[in-house]
Amino acid sequence: MSDTNGLMKPDRPVGIVGYGAYVPRYRIPATEIAKMWKGGEGGVPIKEKSVNGLDEDVVTMSIEAARNAMLRAGINPQEIRAVWVGSESHPYAVKPTSTIVAEAIGAVPNTQAADWEFACKAGTEAMQAAIGFVGSGMAHYALSIGMDTAQGRPGDALEYTAAAGGAAMLIGPAAEAVAIINGSYSFVTDTPDFWRRAKAQYPSHGDRFTGEPAYFAHVSGAAEMIMGALGRQPSDYTWAVFHQPNAKFPRRAAQQLGFTPEQINPGLLSPRIGNTYAGSTMIGLTAVLDIAQPGDRILIVSYGSGAGSDAFDFEVTERLAEVRDRATKTETYISRRTEIDYATYTRFRDKLKL
Amino acid sequence: MNAASIIGIGQTDVREHWDTSIRHLAWYAIEAALDDAQISKVDALYVGNMLAGQLSHQNHLGALIADFSGMRGIEAVTVEAGDASGSAALRQAVLAVKSGLVDTALVVGVEKMTDQTGTPVTAALSSILDADYEAAQGATPTAVAALLMRRYMHEYGVALADFAGFSVNAHANGASNPLAMYQNRLKAERFTAAPPVATPISLFDVAPMGDGAAALVVTRHERAMDMVPRPVRIAGSALATDTVALHDRLDPLWLKAAAQSAAKALAQAHVTLADVDLFELHDACTVLAALSLEAVGFAERGQGWQLARDGEIGRNGRIPISTFGGLKARGNPGGATGVYQAVEIARQLRGEAEACQVVNAKVGMAQNLAGVGGTAVTHVFTVDEQ
Amino acid sequence: MEVSRHWRLKEQRYSLVGETCEHCGVKLFPPRDVCLACEAPAKELYTFTGLGEVYSYTTVYDAPAGFEHQAPYTVALVKLEEGPLVTAQLTDVDKDTIQIGMPVEMVTRKLYTEGDEGTIVYGYKFRPSVSATA
Repeated sequence: MSDTNGLMKPDRPVGIVGYGAYVPRYRIPATEIAKMWKGGEGGVPIKEKSVNGLDEDVVTMSIEAARNAMLRAGINPQEIRAVWVGSESHPYAVKPTSTIVAEAIGAVPNTQAADWEFACKAGTEAMQAAIGFVGSGMAHYALSIGMDTAQGRPGDALEYTAAAGGAAMLIGPAAEAVAIINGSYSFVTDTPDFWRRAKAQYPSHGDRFTGEPAYFAHVSGAAEMIMGALGRQPSDYTWAVFHQPNAKFPRRAAQQLGFTPEQINPGLLSPRIGNTYAGSTMIGLTAVLDIAQPGDRILIVSYGSGAGSDAFDFEVTERLAEVRDRATKTETYISRRTEIDYATYTRFRDKLKL
Repeated sequence: MNAASIIGIGQTDVREHWDTSIRHLAWYAIEAALDDAQISKVDALYVGNMLAGQLSHQNHLGALIADFSGMRGIEAVTVEAGDASGSAALRQAVLAVKSGLVDTALVVGVEKMTDQTGTPVTAALSSILDADYEAAQGATPTAVAALLMRRYMHEYGVALADFAGFSVNAHANGASNPLAMYQNRLKAERFTAAPPVATPISLFDVAPMGDGAAALVVTRHERAMDMVPRPVRIAGSALATDTVALHDRLDPLWLKAAAQSAAKALAQAHVTLADVDLFELHDACTVLAALSLEAVGFAERGQGWQLARDGEIGRNGRIPISTFGGLKARGNPGGATGVYQAVEIARQLRGEAEACQVVNAKVGMAQNLAGVGGTAVTHVFTVDEQ
Repeated sequence: MEVSRHWRLKEQRYSLVGETCEHCGVKLFPPRDVCLACEAPAKELYTFTGLGEVYSYTTVYDAPAGFEHQAPYTVALVKLEEGPLVTAQLTDVDKDTIQIGMPVEMVTRKLYTEGDEGTIVYGYKFRPSVSATA
């Protein structure tokens, strides 16, 4: 039941019944990008980022993450009533990613399907919608995916971090969940810190404006509000994941809110794979679920430019240990690492004009 | 039943005929064949071609070439069976003449590869594969042959260098054929160092595609005896099919259609392999030469390559192959190939092969494959003792 | 645009849906309605697991139109664990490490696009088993 404190909680208890991650195998070290544009001088925001191969896009990556979620959930795909994919890099401008994913996992035709868009929080807003779908009784299961093959303008600060990867979350009844959702909260304002116009190939951003008034104001706002509404404090959580555009922002937000490095480190993947945009917070959650124990509480807060944050409060169930080995773990994908140079990167990311 | 015999042959050289259109190419070969037979009209024309519709935007070749050759009005049709189109067209002429419904038939195999260049040509060639399940994956005919070759090497423990003898022999013979696309000799040691096309197949393993046309005049044998001094009898003619896709074969290293068509053609001709003086096979890639030798029965399974290693495929060897250079050196003119093979065997049996002559050749066999043997056509040719 | 010829194969391309022969039990991919082994009708659908091993492979340098920007790429015959061979690209693999017998698993990838404005054709490829490489 929603009320004026802004907490969103369905009438019927819901949770994550299956989860799955995907990270492509290619990595470009940040030093390789710095060598190209800065003569190799100065610091870099992360160690390296993941890069999708020539034959990968948000469709193919979403399919793999969704298949992993389905393996863990072990349900009949015909019982799914929504397949929702949040991304800022859908391969088609018009033609849903979600129908292709729904077809590939066998969820068609008795399902809703839609693509979501809200910069880096398109995936978590699809999760919230799925909570509503399942919590209202309209659906037994709803699949929400956050996935991106993010593009950074060559030479721009974002080129070091704009990465490929994401996760799928199958939402269903709490009784079947690996993690029960205690509530969700969204914090949204009109804050133009990062955008891409309709026909532009690369996004633009407000540089340092993306920090305090944008990322920190929304992430902190959402975290404080959900904790307040549920009567929790940082020490009540075993784990926390904050949207990770780089390595620094989530660490600082955690520190400001009163979370310890131990609470955020397992879900902090950006130093090793970069910012997977709509996938970023959700894939952090998958890494936490890969190690969490029954009873653990998890807080996640996404951030999408433009701007808003979605926060979620989870509690891990006994079922998690039964299902997590049924699919490839997030760490396995991250360890499956093939380093590429800048030339290969430009080819894979379609930056060469042929 | 009537026997069918060849009374006229003609061919163009195989190369990039930039200045010649497909109808002219066909006409040059037809003109030569009609002159050779000393006739000017036939009753039916069978055109072997595989890619004109895609590369020259020209279908309806039967009527086009009949008209362009001054035979407007005759029965004319195109026969398409991938790169076995030429011999499939010959097969149609044999059926027509032997049935008695057609007195004299003309066969022309023609392929115009160079009306387009680059990757569209490779895509057109790949249309002989299973479009949905092979070509859609980026496979090409050479890639599929490469899959076959890699497996062959794996199962039989054969090294890449062991295939060199096929290309060396083809180039040695092509060097004596002024109509060949490549008349240079090839050193065996260069074979394994050649640039890759689809590994393990390299540039010195795969036959080069070229433009070309070859033609045959076929008539009833008794009539042929009256018309020319040395008719070449088409003593055996058989076409067999297999799965188009390699992945659908229960025994991928066995060219079943090649074996079936050869056995039938030999039986029809009442000859055995021991009687065969030369064998024009489909050496689009060396592994196809090895597998063809095995399917026909010149070698045990897994040992076809040994004939090349042991020098048995040369002009004076146990079974000479590719005597004018084969597809590898004479050039691979696609759907015209099967007709080239027949023309070359006719020259051998007539004793007119000049520097390429196999001494005292009396029985010749030709085998033309489409892809990796989805279609296999085998013909056996003989000449009467003089 | 070649929309329908790919669309009608989506179950095969995305999920390796083939057939099983009710008469002799042979599994068929691609589906062909008549059994390859015993020639009896075989129309019962069967979804393959997508697990198999490399039966043969080739790295293609001379690519056809539509694939030129992928070259060099590797095409393989994959022997599925249920028996059939399937022609498919190998992906996420270093061409020098491929071996006959290597375990592989099906993934869905972009096969090719019809130029910059046409549809994107998705379908099966195979990669070295991730659990095996971890």
